[in-house]
Amino acid sequence: MTWLGRESRTRPGGALQAFAFLGALAVLPVVMGRHWQVNLLVFTLMYAGLASAWNLVGGYAGYAALGHGAFFGIGAYAMAIGTTHLGVGTGYRPFLLVLPIAVGTALAVVPIARLLLRTRAATFAVLSITVMFMVQTFAYNIRSLTHGSQGIAVPVPPFPFTTFERPFYYAMAILLALTVAVCWAVRSSQLGLALNAVRDDEDRARGLGVQTELVKLIAFSLSAGLTAAFGAVWAYYISYVFPGFAIDPLLSLGAILMAFLGGRHTLWGPVVGAALIVPAQQYFAYRYGASHLYLIAYAALFLIVIYLLPDGILPSTTQRLNRLRTRSRARTTPDLLPMEALNPRGESE
Amino acid sequence: MSALLAVEGLTKTFGGIVALDQCSFEIAPGSLAALIGPNGSGKTTAFNVITGYQPADAGRLSFGGRVVRRPDPCRLQRLGMARTFQQARVFPGLSVLENVVLAHHQPWHALLRRRVSVTDRRRAEDLLGEFGLAAHSHVPAGMLSYGQRKLLEFASVLMGEPTLILLDEPTAGVNPVMVDTIEHHIRRCHGEGVSFLIVEHEMSFVMRLCDPVIVLDRGRPIACGAPQEVQNDRSVLDAYLGD
Repeated sequence: MTWLGRESRTRPGGALQAFAFLGALAVLPVVMGRHWQVNLLVFTLMYAGLASAWNLVGGYAGYAALGHGAFFGIGAYAMAIGTTHLGVGTGYRPFLLVLPIAVGTALAVVPIARLLLRTRAATFAVLSITVMFMVQTFAYNIRSLTHGSQGIAVPVPPFPFTTFERPFYYAMAILLALTVAVCWAVRSSQLGLALNAVRDDEDRARGLGVQTELVKLIAFSLSAGLTAAFGAVWAYYISYVFPGFAIDPLLSLGAILMAFLGGRHTLWGPVVGAALIVPAQQYFAYRYGASHLYLIAYAALFLIVIYLLPDGILPSTTQRLNRLRTRSRARTTPDLLPMEALNPRGESE
Repeated sequence: MSALLAVEGLTKTFGGIVALDQCSFEIAPGSLAALIGPNGSGKTTAFNVITGYQPADAGRLSFGGRVVRRPDPCRLQRLGMARTFQQARVFPGLSVLENVVLAHHQPWHALLRRRVSVTDRRRAEDLLGEFGLAAHSHVPAGMLSYGQRKLLEFASVLMGEPTLILLDEPTAGVNPVMVDTIEHHIRRCHGEGVSFLIVEHEMSFVMRLCDPVIVLDRGRPIACGAPQEVQNDRSVLDAYLGD
C-alpha cells in the first residue's frame, strides 16, 4: 500500500506550518506559565482538537453531527472508571489509558454510526443529539458503574503544584497534533476526496462507485475516537465526572461554532476558531460570573458567522489576500487581467 | 447474443400512481438505444429503478448476463453501468479534475492513497482534454457554465470505464453548438464500444442518433424498433397526440 503515493506532494509551506505549530505548542506553557494561563491553554487546545475532530464529519462530509458530547462523555467516564475501579494508579499512568479509550470508542460506535448514517441532514442532526441524551441517561442510571448523579471523583494526581497543569497541557497538545495530523491525512487521501463528494452530492457519488457508507463510517469512527480521547484527558484534569458536565450538549455546540468561525472544510480553521473563542468565553465567564450569559454571545456569533463569513475566517481571508495579490499584479503589468480562477467563489466586490 | 441489459416486469408505484407497469425491454450490447415517451410516461423512473436509486416494487433486472438482486448505484457502477442526471450534477466544491478522478472505481484500500494519484491525474487530464475542459481543470466545478457541467458529468462517468451509459436528457437546456458537441462525444464513445440508453425529448436528436428507439407510455413499452418504424407506429402517434 502506498501511503499517499510515491512522491508525497507536501508543500514546503505545509511542512513549515506544521513545524511552527508544533514549536508553538511546545513553548506556550513556558512563555505563559501562570496557572490561569496554562489552564486556559489546556481548554483552548482541547476545544481546538474537538472542533478539528468534529470537522471530519461535520465539515469534510457535511453531516451535521450535534451529539459528539456523547463520545466525549464516554471517554471521560472510561477514564474515571479506569482509574477508580480498575486500579490503574495515579501519576502519569492514567495517560496510558487514553489510546485504548480512543480505539475502543472508535470501534464501539460503529454499529450505532451505521444506523445514524443511514439518515441525512436534519434527521441525522436530531438523531445524533438523541444519541447523546441516551448516553447521558445511561450515565445517570447505570449507578453501579457511573454512580449516577453522584458522579465519580478521579484521584488527583501527585504532580508538583507549580507545574500542575503541564502534564495535562502536553497530553492535550499531543492529542491535538495527532488530530490535526489525522485531518491532514484524510484531506490529502482519496478518503478525503470521497468525503467531499458525499458533502456535495451523496447520491451522485454513489452512482460513480464511491463507497459512501464506508467512507462516512470511517470518518465518523475516527471523529468519535478522537473526541473520546480528549474526554479522557479532560476527566483526569478536572478529576471529577458527572453526567451533566461530561455529556454536555454545549460542548459539541461550542466545538461546532469554533469550526464554523475558523472555517470548516479547512485544516486550520477549527484551531483558529478555538484560539479566538475559548479565551473570549473564559473572559466573559470571569466578568459576568458562571452564568450562561455567554450563550447569548454564542448565538450572536453564530448568526454573524453565517451572515458575514459563511465559509469562516480562513477561507474568507485567503480569498481577500488572493484578490489583493491579483490586483497588485495587474497594476504592475497592465496587460494582465485579474484572473477569475483565483477567486474560487466568483463573488463580486 | 444475450442482452447487455434486460428488465422484466419492472413495476413501480408511487401511492396510487403507477409509474412503471410491468415494463420489460432489452438492450443489446453495442446499441445506442433511446427511451422516449410523453411526459409522465415513466422514463426517469425507469432510469432510477434500473440504476438502483429507487427500489422496484416488482420485476427483475439483469445486467451483463447476470441477474442483479437489489440493484445499488455503487455496485452497478462497478459492474459497468453509469448514468447522468437530468439537471447536470457535478460536485461544485471539488475541482474539475477531482470531479473526474473521483469516478475511478477502486478497491476500499485505495482510500488510503493520495487524493489525486499521478496515473489518475494523467487519465483524467486526457479525458478533460477530449472534452475541451483541460484549461479549467483546477477551477471548482461550481464555476462552470451549465453546458460545461453537462460535459464534465459525461467525462466523469467515462472515468469508470462503463460498458453501458444511461444519459438522462443530454441535450436539455444547452445551446445548439453544445448539442452537436454532445452528439459527437456520444458517437465517439459508441465507436469505442460503449453502449448507450438515452432518455430524450429532442426528437430530431433521437431520430438521427439512436437505434433502436423504445417508446414508453403509462409505464410500459408500446413500441420498439428503428426510428422510422416507431415514427409511423399507430400506437405511438396515439400516445403522443392523445386518442
